Amino acid sequence: MLWMSVIVLIPLAAVVAKGVSQSPSSFWTSVTNPLALKALGITLAASILTALVGAVMGTVVAWVLVRDQFPGKRFINALIDLPFALPTVVAGLTLLALYGPGSPIGVHLAYTRAIVLVALLFVTLPFVVRSVQPVLLELNKEAEEAAASLGASNATIFRRVVLPALRPAILSGAALAFARSVGEIGSLVLIVGKVQIASIVIFADVESDAPQAAASLSLVLIVLSLLVLVLMRRVGGRVAH
Amino acid sequence: MLISRRARWSLRGVALVYLLLLLLLPVAVVFVKTFEHGFSVAWAWVTTPAAISALWLSLLMALIAVPLNTIFGIGAAIVLVRRRGRLAALLDVMIDLPFLVSPVIVGLALTLVYGETGWFGSWFSSHGIRIIFAVPGMVLATIFVSLPFVVREVAPVLVEIGDEQEQAAATLGASSWQTFWRVTLPSIRWGVAYGVILSTARALGEIGAVLVVSSLVAGQTLTLPLLVYQRDSQIGSGSITGAYAAATELAVISLVVLLAMTLFAPRRQETK
Repeated sequence: MLWMSVIVLIPLAAVVAKGVSQSPSSFWTSVTNPLALKALGITLAASILTALVGAVMGTVVAWVLVRDQFPGKRFINALIDLPFALPTVVAGLTLLALYGPGSPIGVHLAYTRAIVLVALLFVTLPFVVRSVQPVLLELNKEAEEAAASLGASNATIFRRVVLPALRPAILSGAALAFARSVGEIGSLVLIVGKVQIASIVIFADVESDAPQAAASLSLVLIVLSLLVLVLMRRVGGRVAH
Repeated sequence: MLISRRARWSLRGVALVYLLLLLLLPVAVVFVKTFEHGFSVAWAWVTTPAAISALWLSLLMALIAVPLNTIFGIGAAIVLVRRRGRLAALLDVMIDLPFLVSPVIVGLALTLVYGETGWFGSWFSSHGIRIIFAVPGMVLATIFVSLPFVVREVAPVLVEIGDEQEQAAATLGASSWQTFWRVTLPSIRWGVAYGVILSTARALGEIGAVLVVSSLVAGQTLTLPLLVYQRDSQIGSGSITGAYAAATELAVISLVVLLAMTLFAPRRQETK
């Protein structure tokens, strides 16, 4: 408990203290100045998009990994953990190498908002897949077969039988992906260029010795993360890594 | 669902192409770019004094952070699972904070506490101890971001095994220390191992929090991920090849970690 306070609580308390130690109006100006607002907007939009795309594609990948059979499946399955194992800065550099200047496939996304989305999808890929996969494995196929024998179409079965069972897992995976995206910096630091996202703005504020502004923006992000945490507990998903 | 052949193939195609574009291709390109000027050039980049000291510093940070987090993690997991009450509930919420708070904010937080003008910073600097922009601050940042892994892996295993065996050991006269070493630890060892692997991976690869509290001086406060960052932002003289080389070095380390994860994962399922 003491360990926890020294390492985690005291530093975080310092950020909160710094954030609220100013007058409300100066807090308001540092959060609502055009740069901060724009950064928060881009960060939020990118995180929501990441959560949505990640939820859909993660479910597809999980479905293929559980229900489909093809050679190399075990390799693909192991590959899913790669974004957790790979240092995020390496992830950023790999995307820069493929989609940046001198791209071998001729796609130039570096230093745009699109690459931010790609990077976030990269680092958050395992969340939805690894949360949906075990549920799908244990899902009773008999209910689906019964529905099919009663004449339900595939779309109906998916909507009425499969999706309700998967929904908590998809939601908790997407919430984790969202929370991770809001604060992500490692994979983005090399590739954002002039796109301002919240974590980069905080970093720049710290570097230019403006801790007050940094703390204000941090406070907004912390509140956002806590909201996600509460939401996640509601959904009842276990918090994985 | 009875999926038609065509739907099955197209789903498989969508999933595989997505993974190919997102994961496999980028990583492959970095390997290719590392060696495009030959193996010796890449080797020269990873054996410069700066690169070697960066590797040692990264390993040192993992070596300090991981054992501390393992001891704390096992202790915290036991408190979380075996003791009910307000303290455990509070701990449960706080454990996840390092996952939810952005690494940059972690760096900012440490600066505010241990920096020159921070809460404890003046005391440390008057005693001639530098924490921020030095190795101690980077170690603190690393411990912070890799804190929850062991707890989150061990806690579910503890729930699963229950406490009958521990109670039996206690009735037979074992001290709580003996019970821990002979009964509890052997049954949670795969959970611990998996947590240790995850925190090692994070400790070796962390950049966000460390970036804020490092002075980026080669040979002193430059870890491998920071070296990648620094070489990428340098212009000219082929330093981008150096960045790719350092990235490949990190990627090789993380492939070993990934392999270990895959090896431990099935055993973890058994104990669950």
